[in-house]
Amino acid sequence: MNKIVKLVLIGAVCAGMAACAKKQEVKPVVQPEPETTTAPVETGPAAFTPADLETNTCLRQRVVYFDFNMTEIRPEFQEQIACHAKYLRDRPDSRMLLDGNADERGSREYNLGLGERRAKAVAAALEAAGAAASQITVVSHGEEQPVCREHNEACWQKNRRAEISYTVK
Amino acid sequence: MKSASQIGKTLAALACVVLLACSGRVSAQGLTLDIVNGVPTAIPIAVVPFSFEGTGLPPSTDVSDVIRMDLNRSGQFRALAKQDVVEFPHRGGEVKFATWNLLKQDYLLIGRQKPAADGAISVEFELFDVPKQKSMLAFAVSGQPADLRAVAHQIADLVYEKITGVRGAFWTRIAYVTAVGQGKSTQYSLVVADSDGYNPQVVVRSHETLMSPAWSPDGSRLAYVSFESGNSAIYVQNLSTGSRELVSARKGINGAPAWSPDGTKLALMLSDVGNPEIFVMDVASRALSRRTNNYSIDTEPQWMPDGQNLVFTSDRSGKPQLYEVAATGGTPKRLTFQGEYNSNASVGYLGKRIAMVQGNGNVYRIAIMDQGLGGQIRMISPGNMDESPSFAPNAGMLLYAASEGARGVLYAVSADGRVRQRLLLSDGDVREPAWGPYRPR
Repeated sequence: MNKIVKLVLIGAVCAGMAACAKKQEVKPVVQPEPETTTAPVETGPAAFTPADLETNTCLRQRVVYFDFNMTEIRPEFQEQIACHAKYLRDRPDSRMLLDGNADERGSREYNLGLGERRAKAVAAALEAAGAAASQITVVSHGEEQPVCREHNEACWQKNRRAEISYTVK
Repeated sequence: MKSASQIGKTLAALACVVLLACSGRVSAQGLTLDIVNGVPTAIPIAVVPFSFEGTGLPPSTDVSDVIRMDLNRSGQFRALAKQDVVEFPHRGGEVKFATWNLLKQDYLLIGRQKPAADGAISVEFELFDVPKQKSMLAFAVSGQPADLRAVAHQIADLVYEKITGVRGAFWTRIAYVTAVGQGKSTQYSLVVADSDGYNPQVVVRSHETLMSPAWSPDGSRLAYVSFESGNSAIYVQNLSTGSRELVSARKGINGAPAWSPDGTKLALMLSDVGNPEIFVMDVASRALSRRTNNYSIDTEPQWMPDGQNLVFTSDRSGKPQLYEVAATGGTPKRLTFQGEYNSNASVGYLGKRIAMVQGNGNVYRIAIMDQGLGGQIRMISPGNMDESPSFAPNAGMLLYAASEGARGVLYAVSADGRVRQRLLLSDGDVREPAWGPYRPR
């Protein structure tokens, strides 16, 4: 919400300045040239659009799971990382929230650190694949947001995760 | 031993009845006392029900019951079961020592309650050494009828101190976090209650995670972590006024606040430098000083009682272990070597006892490392998912959190692990107990 408000405000300020410039007719308003060079060169298929977030089978995968006490990204998640990195490259204005989580074992504050470490591992992999660091925000909820509440490995595995969400698509 | 747990059940039943009568709704508040191994060294004491020497109905709180429960759960005492009390002296002249000798009681506590000014009740009590047939302590404590549990805890503290030589910690408060509901509708509350779980008061409520309550050394404020902004942030809340201040909301984690013994500083964990590190914040100026510098997770700082050193958790050697570093910074020294996983220290007994979460395989238990015994570690909880140890200010007992099915419950346990009491505090998941400081007397 804040971002939208800020964008609207910036828009309003710009419009006001443009109006002033016009009235005073001191100098002509210079139209910015269309940007063509800032986006990285695409080698793969067509650029992603926000609609793909709901339809693309890879982009719909938004959770990366981790081994116990580990922060390495397992090979089966490389494809998921790659497509989200491409989305971030394709859409430089998009913003991602990475929420790191831990299972219940051990102390809560240590697990906050562990959750952050996992989210940062995903962030680093996305950045290595071309996403900009400024597009990604990392937050950790440690063991505080379990998706499963039983005390067994099957459940713990579901909770050791980093969740991807887009705050700006 | 059996009789003690019967008292617990009776008390729990009584508590329910009282609550039903008062509020008309069922509350889960209650107590169960669990004698784990039997305590051969526990001191036998008879606490005679106190008389009420006034007109009208006696107060609803039975002061002697509260004292008996306090003494029992400390693990230091074995109070004679109420139904085994056969004589009811209320004044020194009425005591027949032969009776209590026959019952093998070392100590005898008697008392009486009288109306005092302004609706208060004065509770006069006297403690006797049974074998010596001598009065040890005679005193009066008064309070409003609604505060009689507090009066009882203060009497228990005085009895405990007179006999053991260590100040009692029954008249203290605890803080903890409850979570009711699941998923997005979870309601978190930070609660403050008496040391036995009675009189719970909600300090703050949130739909986002609350965690890591920490008492200021004077008991006036709580520092805690709240996710209400979407990320962790540290707040300090004044308990008497309810006013609160945001003290840290940096990028990354803002966690694990711990007050310095003089109350002027907070040790905390911040990760905006790239990974979790220990910092010390001057509370008045908010100035931060970094105390660790390592790529690992450094967190859960706790102050040693002299304020000169910090104990913290670090996984710099692989898995979490406890380390100690000077409060002014320097090279940390590793403290724990036994057990694969040691974290979340609670420091007690002048720094000579350190409680921690110890994990071996999938079993996490509370362990105490006794510096006086050459760093020997002993387990004081059964597992499997025990966490958040917190020493009473006299380090004779501690609180910790355990799992029962999908919910968390709190236990109070004697420092020798032999007497364990479950505090049934509320519906939902109860976690992260923090035992408050002594209250001024």
